Amino acid sequence: MSKSSFAETFRTDRWWLEPLLVLIGLSAFIIYSTWSAWQGQYYWWSGGSEGFGGYLSPFYSPPLFIKEGIPGTPPIWHAWFGPWPDWLYDFKYLPASPAWLILIFPLSFRFTCYYYRKAYYRAFTGAPPACAVGAIPRNNYKGETGLLVIQNLHRYTMYFAIVIIFILTYDAMLSFFNDGRFGVGVGSIVLLINPILLGAYTFGCHSFRHLVGGSINCFSCSKSSRVRYKGWRFVSFLNGKHQMFAWLSLFWVGFSDVYVRLVSMGFITDLNTWGV
Amino acid sequence: MRYFKLFRGNNSEGEMKDYRIEVEKGMVVLDAILRIQAEQENDLAVRWNCKAGKCGSCSVEINGKPKLSCMTRMNEYDNDETISIRPLKTFPVMRDLVTDVSWNFIQNKKIAPFKPDPSQKDKNGNYRMTQEDVDRIQEFRKCIECYLCQNVCHVLRDHDKRNKFIGPRFLICLASLEMHPLDTTDRIPDIKNDFGTGMCNITKCCTDVCPEHIQLTDNGIIPLKERVVDRYYDPLKWIWRKLVGEKILRLFPS
Repeated sequence: MSKSSFAETFRTDRWWLEPLLVLIGLSAFIIYSTWSAWQGQYYWWSGGSEGFGGYLSPFYSPPLFIKEGIPGTPPIWHAWFGPWPDWLYDFKYLPASPAWLILIFPLSFRFTCYYYRKAYYRAFTGAPPACAVGAIPRNNYKGETGLLVIQNLHRYTMYFAIVIIFILTYDAMLSFFNDGRFGVGVGSIVLLINPILLGAYTFGCHSFRHLVGGSINCFSCSKSSRVRYKGWRFVSFLNGKHQMFAWLSLFWVGFSDVYVRLVSMGFITDLNTWGV
Repeated sequence: MRYFKLFRGNNSEGEMKDYRIEVEKGMVVLDAILRIQAEQENDLAVRWNCKAGKCGSCSVEINGKPKLSCMTRMNEYDNDETISIRPLKTFPVMRDLVTDVSWNFIQNKKIAPFKPDPSQKDKNGNYRMTQEDVDRIQEFRKCIECYLCQNVCHVLRDHDKRNKFIGPRFLICLASLEMHPLDTTDRIPDIKNDFGTGMCNITKCCTDVCPEHIQLTDNGIIPLKERVVDRYYDPLKWIWRKLVGEKILRLFPS
């Protein structure tokens, strides 16, 4: 067997297209989300009202601490732990942005996700770039047994991701109110679709599938295993569309942030029933 | 008239040779190879058997893609496209399009065989399973052992880690045994240490080339990886096992 050099192949189709699209898509998201998290402003819109309700960007949810007096930030009562603490000001080069405190959780979930692993191993690390196309030569390929053994903690990142889905569901509910009044705006719909797509992605996760029923060998042996089998079948259905929901939810969470940001900055007007 | 390039040679030397033959409607690539053999190259070595996609003998690389030549229709290619056919890259070439896949047979022998618990027999002495338990492992039994997945897996193909990785075909074989409700053998330590689930970085090429459309990665390899995580990498489960004790846990198999 002769070893291949990088990208060596006899394939005649456009094998490079898929990894290129993944490279562009993931890079765009990483660049935008980093920029957005850096801003620390214009991540909230409530039309100037201080009461219950408003649009909160999913990149900034939950707002653990809020720095007051910054445009486009929620009233302080939205902060889980109060105003931005003094000890966080010590990190001089980081802006007072709640996004920094929480983005690590959804990002680590996506980083260790079995689908994204396939996507970025192919697109970013060339291991391999496509099927039957030469991988980047490595003298001592270790797969996921070396440093990448950390990928095995995917299920723990999933636990955090599930908690965040519930928080974003609360945010979606919040978006149907403005100053305590129930109503609907375009932002409400945008923020409602967000946890639905994230839920379809997270609850179709391979680790979740394993925990729900994949770990058992006999589906018919007890009452609990029969219940778990039904759950496993449903999760398997979502799991079959895991790649689709991975991309849809990634796009939508970014779009939700863009929408809230543009409304908060006044670039676009939110169509809503509150008339604000 | 269609143009072909076929590998002629052995493991140490060889070349791509050009051929031109008439192709009729409905032909598959194997038909074309056999016509070249019959009309132009009587000593061309090609392995085939059933011509129905069920024996797994005619695996080759057609225009760089690992495929069964008997299941690849000629009309998948443009009329003016030259079709190049090479032997499987991962395995040593015996001659022309025939490779020596015997390494796979050796791997198969390493796997601990199915061992049911005799106490699970019914009163007639038969083992019984329900349909939902059969369904999950039945998928893996569709494997025709064409070794296209072994060939395309970059761990074997590019990194040549045969000493550390058993390959996707045998990981799904292990999955079918591990998920079997009647089996009693614990293969998880072997799956992690000897068969190398950690070497797989789930880039899914094995699934992409499988002619039986088995979801090797999603339904076989990833579930095995998760079982390895249960045993070796999940800190809470590790603490739980230490607290409760392995012996007690074995009394309540999942």
